[in-house]
Amino acid sequence: MSIWEYANPKKFMATSAWALPWAVGLTVVCLVVGLVWGFFFTPDDYKQGSTVKIIYLHVPSAMMAINAWVMMLVASLIWIIRRHHVSALAAKAAAPVGLTFTLIALVTGALWGQPMWGTWWAWDPRLTSFLILTLFYFGYIALWSAIENPDTAADLTSILCLVGSVFALLSRYAVNFWNQGLHQGASLSLDKQENVSDVFWLPLLVCIAGFVLLFLTMVLMRTRIEIRSRRLQALLARERVA
Amino acid sequence: MMPDLGKYAVAVLGSYAATAVLIAALVGLTLWQAARVKRALAEVEARAGKSDG
Repeated sequence: MSIWEYANPKKFMATSAWALPWAVGLTVVCLVVGLVWGFFFTPDDYKQGSTVKIIYLHVPSAMMAINAWVMMLVASLIWIIRRHHVSALAAKAAAPVGLTFTLIALVTGALWGQPMWGTWWAWDPRLTSFLILTLFYFGYIALWSAIENPDTAADLTSILCLVGSVFALLSRYAVNFWNQGLHQGASLSLDKQENVSDVFWLPLLVCIAGFVLLFLTMVLMRTRIEIRSRRLQALLARERVA
Repeated sequence: MMPDLGKYAVAVLGSYAATAVLIAALVGLTLWQAARVKRALAEVEARAGKSDG
């Protein structure tokens, strides 16, 4: 079996129909367990007080905002190189999901930043590159809507995705590139000294799993919509010709 | 049961509320689009089936 089998819309629809109930169930379980654990059963941080509970939303959403763009980049490259329609549609399907995570990260970041930094927003390298990534999400979605020919739209949005990847990477690594700004480094690290305390880390891992699964579920559902929509447009075009 | 969030209650509860609203909007929109496209495709396929037959 090869991964390229899923480039066949029929195969993708059959496999995703089987996988979706499992994905939905696992998403709900992970999100409920992670968020209830984090909100109700973890202590306040000695420095940040109860605002540490925002970590269970902010870190997974920011992580997925960047990873969603990376997934769109891979799907776009597959489209550019191999011209598989399902990959272009999967990239299109992922964009609103990534945008939602980006907005969650921005809103929760502002709400967290105000009491901790004394400001809702700062033109810090990580925040600024993240804001630019948000604008790329809007631009990507707008470009898909603006072009009637789906293959041309897939070509142009793929190029836009390649360019936007610079800001996706900057959002993640800006803290390492520029040793300035308010935003701290990674919350999760293999280095025990840098990592957050275990009492926060374990529920955070469950929340991250929940957000990853939510992304996967939404992308599967939205790719199915795009495949059906493509077939609908083809049938309507055939009707008009007949 | 509800933890004491102290002076940061607005920030914490605001974050959870905003996240819930945004995720609900995404899920709701996706379910609505899925139902709309599925119904439209079924209608067009039925028409195409009739004209073919």
